[in-house]
Amino acid sequence: MSLAIDSLISDGSAESVKPSLVSQAMAKDYYELLKPRVMQLVIFTALVGMMTAREPINPVIGFASILAIAIGAGASGCLNMWYDATIDSLMERTAKRPIPSGAIAPGEALAFGMTLSVGSVLFLGLITNWYAAAFLAFTIFFYVVVYTMWLKHWTAQNIVIGGAAGAFPPMIGYMTVTGSMNIETLLQFLIIFIWTPPHFWALALVKSKDYARAGVPMLPVVAGEIETRRQILIYACVLMPIGMSPSLLGYVGPVYLAISTIFGAVMVWLAYDLFRKREGEPALKASYRLFGVSIIYLFVLFVALLVEEITPILAWRNFL
Amino acid sequence: MNDETYPTLAKLTPEELARQKSRSRALGLVLGALVVLFFVVTIAKLGGNVLNRPL
Repeated sequence: MSLAIDSLISDGSAESVKPSLVSQAMAKDYYELLKPRVMQLVIFTALVGMMTAREPINPVIGFASILAIAIGAGASGCLNMWYDATIDSLMERTAKRPIPSGAIAPGEALAFGMTLSVGSVLFLGLITNWYAAAFLAFTIFFYVVVYTMWLKHWTAQNIVIGGAAGAFPPMIGYMTVTGSMNIETLLQFLIIFIWTPPHFWALALVKSKDYARAGVPMLPVVAGEIETRRQILIYACVLMPIGMSPSLLGYVGPVYLAISTIFGAVMVWLAYDLFRKREGEPALKASYRLFGVSIIYLFVLFVALLVEEITPILAWRNFL
Repeated sequence: MNDETYPTLAKLTPEELARQKSRSRALGLVLGALVVLFFVVTIAKLGGNVLNRPL
């Protein structure tokens, strides 16, 4: 176990290993604390939510709003890493994160995460409206307290419910422009919400030993791999019509409908493939394939949504 | 003056100095970017009224 974690769980006696008084962190370690890949998803989905408003917004304010939402999401990722540092040190996938690797002390990460949380919420409130800021604050609270501190350690449904935190950004993006919510962004929320379990469980199937070692009750650890495969297939089947719903309900056009139908069918097929292949190399490949394609699925759907939202605006401004 | 009056400053290793430099540079860039961001956002929010502050 790393020096940082030793000091984290020590009893504070004189004999215990003391962390260095000089910070060992590079600038990139702080960046890693913000979970940059999650931030990319947040930036993109919040932008789509913002475009859904179909109302004019000053580009500077729009950029600053997306930045505030991204920093808020990064702050919640940082606080997640602070709270779960001990668990992260036990898992192969997360052992090299800045806190378990000893690059950043837990106290530094806590201060960094809290400062960014408060700063991003206040900044968003000042430049847009306090409804959006309150929603961002709630999202940070939900991810850090409800998911990280409670659900993750308590139930196999942790990422089902906790996935809501990752699904809120389109609604926050919309709210920055309008100060309210609508059905269209609720559908965008639902797409990410239903997408999260099959996406995450496909990875959890591969990393189930890691989770078992760390004592995290992920579905493959608690209910077994066959049940996880069954749940993935069910969620993929539900995801397909949910993914198509923005078109089916008339919010966006046929381009999105075609794309969401094709990619939804691919997701169902890959989930079924994973359900059939249960052992050895084929099972491993099926898990990774579903995990990888699920990322592409969400990206493509939101690109299609963005195109459908932007096209009328560009046409209205005589750019097309 | 007695040298023992002052505590000895910690000597950083070259590796620690490089890390400190990396952090300082990043902090400087972030603070500079914040100055620009707050300025631009203020102008965007207030527009032509930025100097309109009746007493």
